[in-house]
Amino acid sequence: MTLFCANGRSDSLVVEGRVVAPTQGIDEALRITVTDGVISAIEPAGASRLVVAPAFIDPHVHLRTPGREDEETPRSGTEAAAAGGYCAILAMPNTDPVVDSAAVLGALVERAREEAVVPTGFMAAISKGQRGEELTEMVELAATGAAAFTDDGRPVESAGLMRRALQYSGLAKLPLALHCEEPTLSRGGHAHEGAVAAEFGLGAYPSAAESVMVERDLALAGAEDRQIHLMHLSASESVAALDLARSKGFAASAEVTPHHLVLTDEAVRSLDPNVKMNPPLRSEDDRSALRDALRRGAISCIATDHAPHARHEKDVPFEEAPFGVIGLETAFAALYTHLVIPGELSLETLLERMSAGPARVFSLDEPRIEVCARANLVVLDLDSEWTVTEEGFRSLSANSWLLGETLRGRVVRTIADGRLVFEA
Amino acid sequence: MTELRPPAPPRRHLLSIRDLDRDDVERLLDTAQALSASLEREVKKLPTLRGRTVVNLFYESSTRTLASFELAAKRLSADTMSIRSAGSSVDKGESLKDTALTLAAYDPDVIVVRHPSIGAPQLVARYTKAHVVNAGDGKHQHPTQALLDLHTMREALGRLEGLQVAIVGDVLHSRVARSLVQALGLVGAEALLVGPPTLMPRGVEALGCAVSTDIEAIGDADVVYVLRMQAERMAAGEAYVPSLREYTALYGIGPDRVRRGQVVMHPGPMNRGIEIDPRVADSDAALVTDQVRAGLVVRMAVLYDLLTFATAEIPVHAEMA
Repeated sequence: MTLFCANGRSDSLVVEGRVVAPTQGIDEALRITVTDGVISAIEPAGASRLVVAPAFIDPHVHLRTPGREDEETPRSGTEAAAAGGYCAILAMPNTDPVVDSAAVLGALVERAREEAVVPTGFMAAISKGQRGEELTEMVELAATGAAAFTDDGRPVESAGLMRRALQYSGLAKLPLALHCEEPTLSRGGHAHEGAVAAEFGLGAYPSAAESVMVERDLALAGAEDRQIHLMHLSASESVAALDLARSKGFAASAEVTPHHLVLTDEAVRSLDPNVKMNPPLRSEDDRSALRDALRRGAISCIATDHAPHARHEKDVPFEEAPFGVIGLETAFAALYTHLVIPGELSLETLLERMSAGPARVFSLDEPRIEVCARANLVVLDLDSEWTVTEEGFRSLSANSWLLGETLRGRVVRTIADGRLVFEA
Repeated sequence: MTELRPPAPPRRHLLSIRDLDRDDVERLLDTAQALSASLEREVKKLPTLRGRTVVNLFYESSTRTLASFELAAKRLSADTMSIRSAGSSVDKGESLKDTALTLAAYDPDVIVVRHPSIGAPQLVARYTKAHVVNAGDGKHQHPTQALLDLHTMREALGRLEGLQVAIVGDVLHSRVARSLVQALGLVGAEALLVGPPTLMPRGVEALGCAVSTDIEAIGDADVVYVLRMQAERMAAGEAYVPSLREYTALYGIGPDRVRRGQVVMHPGPMNRGIEIDPRVADSDAALVTDQVRAGLVVRMAVLYDLLTFATAEIPVHAEMA
């Protein structure tokens, strides 16, 4: 078992609407009866303005606990996830202390069992302290409940250690999720290398800083015949490397964030610290390559990289601001508004990449709409417009790139593991 | 059919050359020219900004920029105070936002900001009601430097339209180069950037300038604008060029590289013997002290422009996006 949350009641309720379950080929008006948390009946229903879909899974969330509980906790982060339509999330280990031992992981699992409203998995670090020097005790971490291994937040600099991590993680039977960044190329970088960074004098973070590491890690994973997952891809060169590896039959998967799918480095002209991320927003060509890879399925997951930061730490000049934005509560609406409505992506593909896609990569139970399945459902009102405001977040932080923007598509109900965890 | 245009909002700040259009630049330069006449008089002080307060908030060391902003405000009879990061609450870890809020409580009319981080003047502008003038933010912008450079060129060469200006050296780290290229574009002059590829930002042509790595390319220029080479750029791990010696050999401006009729400019402080040979720096072709003098009148013009137009009810400036 790799997902943990507070034990509570199992709910009985009825949801009704246009049911869209892409992997099951369902797209029709249905009434779903949930009894004690389990789908007990599915019957035809009348037309409705609501869409019911398998709930979402976010494989990339920073819960900031332990260490920065002022920015996010398992409770606030999973309340945010529930409001975003998620029935499961995976949390990153770059906390303080780092999740690199069974003791730290065990304490987190206990905390999630007390306060997480949505099932939560925890990735453990690849290297002790994420220092890139020695491997963590991966087998013990797996036995304690780790969902995968990652040094997210920083790359595994040493190719030698990466190779050993690939070899040894096989014993733990868990995948490696990789933050690909060549630090000597990204050093001092605050924005994508291109016309905007040149004009503003911002330190350049070239695409190659990501893609050379993607190529290295794909080469090593191929040689070791191990599965890897590439996190938050941003550059077209990385997509090309992924395509090449997949064409050779390598087991490599990848994720992309809503902000990399919607924005380009033109947004950086505002010097708003809430458009500063790592990897940075890139060019129009990169954005199209990411959208294309998502449509084709080469990128099979949408991940928010939800990265809460304290208000005072983002309220500084752009160059001094930390990287990262929150995303759990806005992901669906942002992508529905900016990709589905303009015809860039079908609703079915969006729903699949936010649910079944991540479930497959991390061997989680795919949320399905069928009798006898645990209810993991999201109810969406596609016509509802709402404005993103600082006060509206369940997250303890408000560093969203969408502040002030009006979006279409609202999560009205989330049922996670048989429990109604959110109702608008 | 006549279309009614909505009135443009008044210009509140000078954060970037991007805030200006050609009319703004020409008006500022004309104002500077008129003010320079006043400096010839025996009584050098004008009553224009009596009762106004100008705060200089400097987070980076500066001689000429701070001195000229102080003096510019005083010559216009404004009250001034200068706050440097050293010896202030900044030393105690006060954030820029809190410093800005503290200063705002004194209701200054203008805050002049120099800061090592890109985006700092924008943040000050967000948290105060004062007009904010960017006196240099990291590698981003130094708009009053670009204006004083234009003023110097116009005084020395009699025109700006069609002028060819070669900007030589460390463009990557230079806010002066970025501001100047944009300003030259506004007034119809041509900019050419020359420097080693490792110190040339990728994509900089989008600013509307030509780029070369060959020092010979400066031959056709009317103005050779030499950028400061910073020794720390050669620190271990930051080795943008292999040595200052090789840099000087390839890009240093010595007498052999300056054609008769060309003028040479430098924003200061100069590294004599590195980016500029002392024989050039001290020659008649060098306009370096003219630039310093221009700094005073141009900054007077900027303060005058912001404050006199701000009091008028009629919005006259179009804000450029």
